[in-house]
Amino acid sequence: MKIAISSTGNSLDSPIDPRFGRCCYFVIYDTEDKTIDFIPNPNKNAEEKAGSASVQLMASKAISKIISGEFGLKIKSNLDSLKIQMIILKEPETKIKDIIEILNKTNY
Amino acid sequence: MSPRKKILRKVLSPPLIKGFKPYGRESGKRNLEPVNLLYEEYEALRLSDYDILNHHQASEIMGVSRPTFTRIYASALQKIASAFVEGRQISIEGGKVYFDSDWYQCDQCLCNFNNPEREKEIKNCPLCGSNQIKRYNFGSPTKNSGKNNCIDTLVCPDCGFEQALVNEGVYNEQVCPKCKSIMKRKKIYNC
Repeated sequence: MKIAISSTGNSLDSPIDPRFGRCCYFVIYDTEDKTIDFIPNPNKNAEEKAGSASVQLMASKAISKIISGEFGLKIKSNLDSLKIQMIILKEPETKIKDIIEILNKTNY
Repeated sequence: MSPRKKILRKVLSPPLIKGFKPYGRESGKRNLEPVNLLYEEYEALRLSDYDILNHHQASEIMGVSRPTFTRIYASALQKIASAFVEGRQISIEGGKVYFDSDWYQCDQCLCNFNNPEREKEIKNCPLCGSNQIKRYNFGSPTKNSGKNNCIDTLVCPDCGFEQALVNEGVYNEQVCPKCKSIMKRKKIYNC
């Protein structure tokens, strides 16, 4: 299963990005082979429709869960129809490696 | 020109059955095409005539405008009437809809998450795996939460006046207080 996390930087020490559509990097973590991919967000500086473009990017990578600080109003319905689970983490200081550590502890 | 894109209609509870079949002597003789009742039309009928809501209340639940709701409802009645009169089957499928998902909160890691698959019940937090989860009503709390950390600002394209983005949902309707033109979201290059 692939889990996407919105990140402010391309290292494991960078904190989670509170925005989803305009985050700097997407961290794609595969729970089966434990691989971590950093993808720069092409919609970072988009003036509009950044959220839905990011949703399409996530859908093309077969993501089943997204962890971010907040999701926009328009994309909640898109993610619902694509059956992608949204996880909202309210603590902005949480680092990417902490989240991956928690995910590793949880048995899937 | 292609027609305007339809917005997604919210369906609270999907129908229990896939459709209806006529019975009687004449029903099997003619092989007529079934009437396709869309999910949104079923939902409109359910809200309006089963839950006895008026069109205004029902349209807000489905996330469409009141006139659009009335059009969906009228189309539902017309389809059901033609199925009754012509003795055709009704199949409930299709439509531009999404199913509303339930939201939960985890007490251990304080995260919120939704359940995109209605059929399966969620017992553990998808992040930390604890079972201390409870149903969470997503209403007003989302408006303030998380937004304080956002560094988005609005900029006026004409006079360059800058203003912090207050409410994310309405950013493209805000007007510049100086020159009254519509403001745009400022591009951020700091990361």
